[in-house]
This record gives sequence, structure tokens and C-alpha cells, in this order.
Amino acid sequence: MSIWEYANPRKFLATTEPFLPWVFGAAGLCLGVGLIWGFFFTPDDYRQGSTVKIIYLHVPAAMMAINAWIMMLVASLIWLIRRHHVSALAARAAAPVGIVMTLIALFTGAVWGQPMWGTWWAWDPRLTSFLILFLFYLGYVALWEAIADPDTAADLTSVLCMVGSVFAVLSRYAVNFWNQGLHQGASLSLDREENVSDVYWQPLVICMTGFGLLFLALVLQRTGTEIRLRRAQALRARTERAQA
Amino acid sequence: MRALLIRDLRLAVRAGGGFGLGLAFFLIVVVLVPFGVGPEPSVLARIAPGILWVAALLAALLSLDRLFALDHEDGALALLATAPLPLEGVAIAKAAAHWITTGLPLTIAAPALGFLLHLSPQAGGWLMLTLALGTPALSVIGAFGAALTVGLKRGGLLMSLIVLPMYMPTLIFGAEAVRRGSEGLVVTAPLLFLAGISAGAIALLPFASAAALRVNLR
Amino acid sequence: MMPDLGRYAGPVLAAYGFSLVMLIALVWASARRARRVARELALVEQGRDG
Repeated sequence: MSIWEYANPRKFLATTEPFLPWVFGAAGLCLGVGLIWGFFFTPDDYRQGSTVKIIYLHVPAAMMAINAWIMMLVASLIWLIRRHHVSALAARAAAPVGIVMTLIALFTGAVWGQPMWGTWWAWDPRLTSFLILFLFYLGYVALWEAIADPDTAADLTSVLCMVGSVFAVLSRYAVNFWNQGLHQGASLSLDREENVSDVYWQPLVICMTGFGLLFLALVLQRTGTEIRLRRAQALRARTERAQA
Repeated sequence: MRALLIRDLRLAVRAGGGFGLGLAFFLIVVVLVPFGVGPEPSVLARIAPGILWVAALLAALLSLDRLFALDHEDGALALLATAPLPLEGVAIAKAAAHWITTGLPLTIAAPALGFLLHLSPQAGGWLMLTLALGTPALSVIGAFGAALTVGLKRGGLLMSLIVLPMYMPTLIFGAEAVRRGSEGLVVTAPLLFLAGISAGAIALLPFASAAALRVNLR
Repeated sequence: MMPDLGRYAGPVLAAYGFSLVMLIALVWASARRARRVARELALVEQGRDG
């Protein structure tokens, strides 16, 4: 354990850090163009009025909330199988980003539904599924925070991510079953594919790209932070042991 | 495996083993509810299946953090890991002990407590059936949560945060089955899902629990 | 300049406001943490080599 414990982390930092400003910049550009186009230059929907503009936030955030968890799952599997520390740290880094995406999806979803449902919160299956996803995120982050040894924490959170994924999918079906009677055929169409005409679709795609790039930038940056943090802790532990 | 099971059962039944605690907690929660929502029979009868299911979840949660922790503290768990019985078997045995001392008594006591909430006898029957099908899942899922947090000093709250979301599908299908059954509607779908979740959990989760135990015993 | 949001102005603006605040806070907090940890690592490495 002389310089860096593993070659991987150093190469990761060396490779990704130069690109960070560019990725952030691209994300900012897409988000700026997409949101401004969507907010200022698209017409109101016949049924939903101006609330249709919320689509430019809600749909990309919801997509990223789920994609973040999937990325964490893949990273966890890579850690368990190949023991690349960068992978475990990337999963840890992605979680808070996923949480923010989930919160945005929840808030915008609830607010979008308010004019349609007349209430600030409704136990709509999709919203409820995101609430449950939020809880799984919380448990994952809490477990990382609770365990002192980094490798143990990486292992346990990876197992939790895998098991949690199964239950998250299960919950989705359970919640659909639970609330299938209500809000069927609701005018609130949260599925991006459905009847989104070109006029809305183009800025939406740009926003989705923007959110995706932002996620990428944040995860790259935060993984770098985790790598440095881990190294600092390892160095400190070594000097403490040397002095003891 | 049977020896481990019997040992755990004996430990649980002894004083301080927490055998009656789960049941007592179940009773207390059920008694609290009318104080919270008012004594009107029609209201209570409508929410009774859900309340009883949620109370069962919480009562199951109570005895979970001691599942592995006590053995871990005195080193018995490390010994068990070196025994010929695979850790997966340990996990199943522990979950089975938990079910026998918590899930099973809850299942039997539930209709009686439902009586306090004006639950109809017919609904009570469905409640017993759904609890019988669902509580094994609670024990096995709980064992996984306990295995994850066994090394932590005060892991109880964290374990609840991890385990309760995983309880949701069982809760949803269980309570829904009771509701539909008491209204005379077709009940096969939720019952099948409920049983399926329990079966799947029993078959697969012990592997995850064993993996977590191995990590924590390193 | 501002489009006529009609009677949905409240929800729409709330949604945009919340989202933008969350995103900006996340980016800012991530950057701040990155700087802090980089400083910390530099200190530890200095102490080690020095």
C-alpha cells in the first residue's frame, strides 16, 4: 500500500477530470436550451393548460431517478464480481444524485397532478412507486454511512442494492395492483411515448439529454471525490498505525 | 439445522427471550388505533385489515435485531460459520425460529384482536389466511435486514428503514386480499402473489443473508 | 416575456422553482465537497511526504 492502493483510481481521475468542465458545460447547454424552449416557446395543452410545461422537468428527472438506480445496480455487481473499487465508489457517488432526481420527480409529479386531481398528493401508482424508490435510496445511503470499514460497506450496500432492486420492481407491480381502480384513464399522461406530439417532443429530448449529461458529470465528479476521500482516510490510518 | 432451530426457540421462550413481547406489542398497537381514529365501528371495521397487517409488520420487526446480534456478540455466530451447516441454513433456521415465535402467534391472535376493531368473522378468516401466507416472508426478509446490520451497535433503526420498504409488497397483497375476501370478491390474484412472494423470499433471500453474514464476520 | 401561464401559474412556477433550486444546490454541494476533499488529501499527502 505505497502510493495509490490500486492503479484504477488514479487512471480514473486522470482520465475523467479533464473532461469534467466539458460535460458540465454540455449539460448546462442542453438544460438551458431545452428548458427555455419548453417553458417559453411551446403552446399550452388543450386539456392540461400550461401545466404541460412541467413535463420538461418531470419526465427527465423520473427517467434519471430510475437510471441512477440501475447504474448503481450495475456498479454494485461489478464490485462484487471484479472488486474494482472505483465501481463501488461510483455507486456510492450516484446515490445522492438519484435521490435528488427522485425528489424532483415526486415534487413535479405531485404538483402536475394537483390541477387534475384537486389535491397536492395522490396515491397514484407511479408517484407511489417513486416514493418507494426514494425509501430504497435512503436505506442504501444510510447503510453506507453506518458502516466504518469501506470494503465491508461496499459489499453490504451492493447486496442491498441487488435485493432492493428486486423488491423495487415487485413494489411497482404491487402498487399498480393496489391502486388500479383509481385514476385509470387519467388525463394526466406521464408516459413520454404516448401522445406527445413533435411540438413538445423536441425540447423534451433536449431536456432528457441535459439531465443525462448532468447525471454523468455529477457522478464522475463525485466518484473522484470519493476516491480522494478514501485515499486520504487510508493515508491517515497508515500514519496513525506507524506512530502507534 | 433442527438443533439450531430448537436452541433458538428455547432461547426465545425463556425469560427475556422476547417471546410474548411481539404479541403484547401487537395488542398495544391495536388498542392504540381507536384512540387515534375514534371509536366509530364502521370506520374501525373498514381500516381493521390494514391496521392489523401494519401492526403485524411492526411486531415482526421488534424481535429482528436480536436475531443474529446476540450470537454475534458472544462469538457464537463465528462458530456457526465454521460449522458443517452452511450459513444459508443458519439464516433459514433463524428465520424459522423468528416465524414460530412471532409470525405464527401473530397469525393466530389476529382475528381475536380484529374483534376489538369490529372486524367481521369472515374477514377474520381471510386475515388469518393472509397472515399465515405472508408472515414467513416477513421473517425471511427480516433475517436479511438483520444480517446486513448485525455488526452495527445500534442498527435497529437502520434495519427498520431497510426492511420496511421490502415489506410493502407483502403488506399490499395481504391487506388487499383480506379486503376483497371480506367483500366476497375474487381473491386468487392477491393470494397467489402473496404466496409467491413468500416462496420466492424463502428460496432466495437466505443466500443474500448468508452473503451479508460472511461479510460481517470477516 | 413571461408566457401567460393562466390559472396554473402557481403549480408550474413551483415545479420549476423547486427543481432548479434542487439541481443548483446539488451541483454546488458536490463542487464544494470536491474542493474540500481535494484540500484535505493535499494536506495529508504533504504531511506524509514532508
